Amino acid sequence: MISLPIINFSVIYPEIIILVTAIAVLIADLFIKGDRRAPISLIALAGIIMAAFAIHAQWGANVSGFSGAIIVDNYALLFKYIFLVGALLTLFLSVWYLQREELFSGEYFFFILISIVGMMILSSSNELITAFLGLEIMSIPLYLLAGFDKGKLRSNEAALKYLLMGAFASGFLIYGIAFIYGSMGTTNFDEIVRALSSDSLDTDPLILIGISMIVIGFAFKTAFVPFHSWVPDVYTGAPTPVTAFFSIAPKAAGFAILFRLLTVAFSPIFVNLSTMLWVLAVLTMSVGNLIALTQRNIKRMLAYSSIAHAGYILVSLAIGTSKGTEAGLFYLLAYTAMNAGAFGMVILLGHKGEDDLTISSYGGLSRRHPVAAATMSLFMFSLAGIPPTAGFIGKFNIFSNAISAGFIWLAIIGVINSVISVYYYLRVIITMYMKPEADSVTTVTYPPSLLVAIILAAWGTLHIGLFPNGWLLFIRESVVGLYQAL
Amino acid sequence: MSLGLAHFLVLSAVIFSIGVIGVITRRNAIIVLMSIELMLNAANLALVAFSAFRQDPDGQIFVFFVIAVAAAEAAVGLALIMLLFRNRKSINVDDFNLMKW
Amino acid sequence: MHLILFIIFAVFCIAGAILVIVLRSPVASAISLIFVMCAIAGLFALVGALFVAALQVIVYAGAVMVLFLFVIMLLNIKEELITTDEKRLTRYLGSALGLAFVLEIAYFVRRGLAFGSSSLYLPVPKEFASIELISTGIFTKYLLAFEMTSILLLVAIVGAIMLARGKGRRDT
Repeated sequence: MISLPIINFSVIYPEIIILVTAIAVLIADLFIKGDRRAPISLIALAGIIMAAFAIHAQWGANVSGFSGAIIVDNYALLFKYIFLVGALLTLFLSVWYLQREELFSGEYFFFILISIVGMMILSSSNELITAFLGLEIMSIPLYLLAGFDKGKLRSNEAALKYLLMGAFASGFLIYGIAFIYGSMGTTNFDEIVRALSSDSLDTDPLILIGISMIVIGFAFKTAFVPFHSWVPDVYTGAPTPVTAFFSIAPKAAGFAILFRLLTVAFSPIFVNLSTMLWVLAVLTMSVGNLIALTQRNIKRMLAYSSIAHAGYILVSLAIGTSKGTEAGLFYLLAYTAMNAGAFGMVILLGHKGEDDLTISSYGGLSRRHPVAAATMSLFMFSLAGIPPTAGFIGKFNIFSNAISAGFIWLAIIGVINSVISVYYYLRVIITMYMKPEADSVTTVTYPPSLLVAIILAAWGTLHIGLFPNGWLLFIRESVVGLYQAL
Repeated sequence: MSLGLAHFLVLSAVIFSIGVIGVITRRNAIIVLMSIELMLNAANLALVAFSAFRQDPDGQIFVFFVIAVAAAEAAVGLALIMLLFRNRKSINVDDFNLMKW
Repeated sequence: MHLILFIIFAVFCIAGAILVIVLRSPVASAISLIFVMCAIAGLFALVGALFVAALQVIVYAGAVMVLFLFVIMLLNIKEELITTDEKRLTRYLGSALGLAFVLEIAYFVRRGLAFGSSSLYLPVPKEFASIELISTGIFTKYLLAFEMTSILLLVAIVGAIMLARGKGRRDT
């Protein structure tokens, strides 16, 4: 007879709410047919709002559950907010697009919601196997979303390539976990910290192999150079709102676990990992920016630019202090707003079939649609890091923290990179304002749901840029508990 | 010389590496998927060896989860391969017009 | 005795694994993979992990590989196209990378296993991996992970059905 433990379900209330919503969406899809399926998205919306209230109720808690597998602290809750905002924006971006491309179905929302469940578990997991399974629950719906446009070869190929690279990364991840388990006898983060700080003599090489392989596994998912080869094709082949989702939520989830794993669980041996992170950060920033320079397709350009932005956040990870983590999370918040906005504009300015998404097709946009051109410029300015936008404050934070922590070269390389990046963001703006009108600019309609998403993103971009103090305090409040135990 | 943990770890590293080589060099999507299964099997072998070494059942519980993950990935991967094949009549990774590695 | 059995299984594993990635025909590769999985199950049994060994044969070699074979047969995939020079280059590169990886791990294992060289664990006490211990672990310490696998399988089922059902929009 086994003695069953006390199960504290309250620690996973937000996850349960989203999971139940996902299943409700799937069942509703069975009964509602044809063109009357738009209310399905409202069910998903209701679920996301309810989950946000559940997270709000948990704010300030610091409890663990399920034998230490899950921990609920402000750090995890902040990330859960980011995922929900990502899902919310994706929802608003998707509805009109799905109707335009005749792809509307309940499974789409089911996959988005289940993926969010995986990310939430990932951000609050305090144990490697739970993190591994959370990552898989996040990833498998993402593969399916990439291939959601079943009739299109490009979409099929994107999904298969994403799946093969993702499964390859999982192989590294589980092998690394095996080494950590074997050399330390535990996979729980608290016990790992305790074991690592007690024997300070000589770090077991197996631990170093293990953690390196785990980092490689997550590097594939978060698309660090040189593990980025899948990104441009997957981002280009997937439906555009899905691409927006890919560039926001899974990236945040990857960083959620990397920050917790490297700067908390493996903090006693962080010095040994710092060089590796340094190299990854430099490669990711530089390669992402340099290739983005040459891109003609707006989705491909945004794909490479998202790699470069991951590089800036990696700089804050390489710093490894609580200040660095704060700067990284702030940048993630800013990045979520501005990148969602940029993709929203790409959807707005696109047309059915998405055959032509070159930057040159935006020529002369300012004359025909001045508001759209101005909004697109706002997001491009923010991505380039020009004041008074969110991107500027975010970059400033990261690089000033890097300098004060002694990573001067990293900061210099980062600043050079963000100067390079100005070129390709400005090219979009110049095309819109200076170039003659392109033939392919068709009539732009303004569907309300898409406008909501773009207005939200624009508000976020400007508000974070103009009034950063409130946001910085909010982030400090969420990070402070993470490093208290150390 | 008798049997030790190192034997199992080296064997598992060899199988894992063969899997990695397969993923990198082969172009057939099904064989790439099988090479990934090899990698997961190598990880399972390491987990069981560590579990036996530590006299701790946790490692074998992890194997259980890895098998579930492998099954889910294989099911989705094979469904995608079927779909792609139906749309294109080829599963050669190089035939993908976007596949620039 | 254990060492001899280990060597037999190990030879099977490595030979099978190499065959998986060098054979031209996917069916032959799949069958070699089944061999590898069975040999690994043998290794599991060798260290006393009987439940996992059974799982490996039934679920992995049985269910998953049959799925592979089924798809290969259904699609009637014969052989890969002839490789070009460019691909031969990646092949050498990949092999070199893999070899470096093996050497690196062997080196680390030799250096790092000071704790493993003398303390051998065979023969293994029967109790350490009894089904009772494993199930206790699954339903107490790893309860959440166990529940999560059910979500994972649900997504995989829904996804596979979505992909297989009917045709999507026509390709343009």
